[in-house]
Amino acid sequence: MKRTPLYEAHCKLGGKIIDFGGWELPVQYSGILEEHEHVRSAAGLFDVSHMGEIEVKGSDAKKFIQKLITNDISKMVEGQIMYSPMCYPDGGVVDDLLVYKYNEEHYFIVVNASNSDKDYQWMKDNSEGRMEIKNLSSEYAQLAIQGPKAEFILQKLTDVSLSDIKFYYFKPEVKVNGINSIVSRSGYTGEDGFEIYTSPAEATGLWDKLLEAGKDEGLVPVGLGARDTLRFEAALPLYGHELSQDINPLEAGLNKFVKLNKEDFIGKEALLKQSKTGLTRSLVGFEMIDRGIPRAEYEIFDGSRKIGFVTTGSFSPSLKTNIGLALVESKYIEEGTEFEVMVRNKPLKAKVIKIPFYGKRYKK
Amino acid sequence: MKIPKELKYSKDHEWVRLEGTKAYIGITDYAQHALGNIVFVELPENGAEMKAGDVIGVVESVKAASDVYSPVSGTVVDINEELTDAPERINEDAYESWITVVELTDKSELNGLLDAEAYEKLCAEEE
Repeated sequence: MKRTPLYEAHCKLGGKIIDFGGWELPVQYSGILEEHEHVRSAAGLFDVSHMGEIEVKGSDAKKFIQKLITNDISKMVEGQIMYSPMCYPDGGVVDDLLVYKYNEEHYFIVVNASNSDKDYQWMKDNSEGRMEIKNLSSEYAQLAIQGPKAEFILQKLTDVSLSDIKFYYFKPEVKVNGINSIVSRSGYTGEDGFEIYTSPAEATGLWDKLLEAGKDEGLVPVGLGARDTLRFEAALPLYGHELSQDINPLEAGLNKFVKLNKEDFIGKEALLKQSKTGLTRSLVGFEMIDRGIPRAEYEIFDGSRKIGFVTTGSFSPSLKTNIGLALVESKYIEEGTEFEVMVRNKPLKAKVIKIPFYGKRYKK
Repeated sequence: MKIPKELKYSKDHEWVRLEGTKAYIGITDYAQHALGNIVFVELPENGAEMKAGDVIGVVESVKAASDVYSPVSGTVVDINEELTDAPERINEDAYESWITVVELTDKSELNGLLDAEAYEKLCAEEE
């Protein structure tokens, strides 16, 4: 089992440690509902050090990344961040990731913890031209501070004016708590906030300092449980649920991150074909009509016919209702459409509603 | 961890309070703490016939659903409907928040349940 540099800090705070894909991380501290609520109304601090970081450098770095991902990085400026799926030739997803552009020949790619080794191998297997790929995951600890008070709190630990860092931009050398760190205005909660990539040796110091600096503003440590309910309410996809080797980005509703008019990329042909013939299934949001909580993998029926399955489902702490995301046959995607979710062998009625469930509050 | 001395306990972390021939049933403080925030309770139907060990309800936290087993045999004669709209009451006070009441068919079954001391030992072993 792997531990982040902050393991002791989590234990000290009473974190309930679980096995998260081979990592010992806290699912909660004070409670999922309370932590979730704090992020929406004040701020929350997350240990996301398990995420992977891969550096790509060289004169062909840009060309290589363009071939690797579905989104188009050609017009990115220095200091900008772009989200993109990365696909197999059949259009299925290897991972979804963030590309941080340092300059035309230097990129920093952040990937899901669970796919870190797989992504690095995939990139190496597909590399061509003058470029070098380095797996930097062990060189970074990562903290995320999210919520309306995030900027105010983080500002106390740096002289760099955080209001200068716009949404989906980063600064590579920011002294936070005296330590050189990458600071990006990004996150996975639907709230404003920052992600800080720093030295593993200094991570605990930064964690403690941030909690202290944010104590009077309502900052609390937040575990994986609330991280999931937060991103789910904002309808942000989670690899393995809304995206996978078997679920392509068009089906997952991520077409705005799939630039089919870009020059060739891995999976382009398959995705172009799908887009032309039309999708057979799509991701929708739904709300329960009957009493019950939908959960991932629960089957969805129209009468006696299975028409799809739940990708993520839960009680929504902010909306206080039971909602879910599901992959269903395309003819069931219209708002108001009703179907049944099989909950413990009972068909419970649900209806399609708009996503995101919770309106994102990014500082754009 | 609260473990009231006057109650009986099952190995699956349910508690029983006897009132005449009626058994009030709930889940223990240990169970609610392990579950975390409870956001949904499925109650049995009034009149349902139970054998000891049958699933009598479901308690769901944010992350998981957990079956509640009836520690005793009998008929369901009351359900705590307050838990439908306020499932979090179980987190607030697990022993006040009974889930259901079963009219016993065999009072001797209570002898097979754990007393407070034995239950405390069980919890310590599970830690």
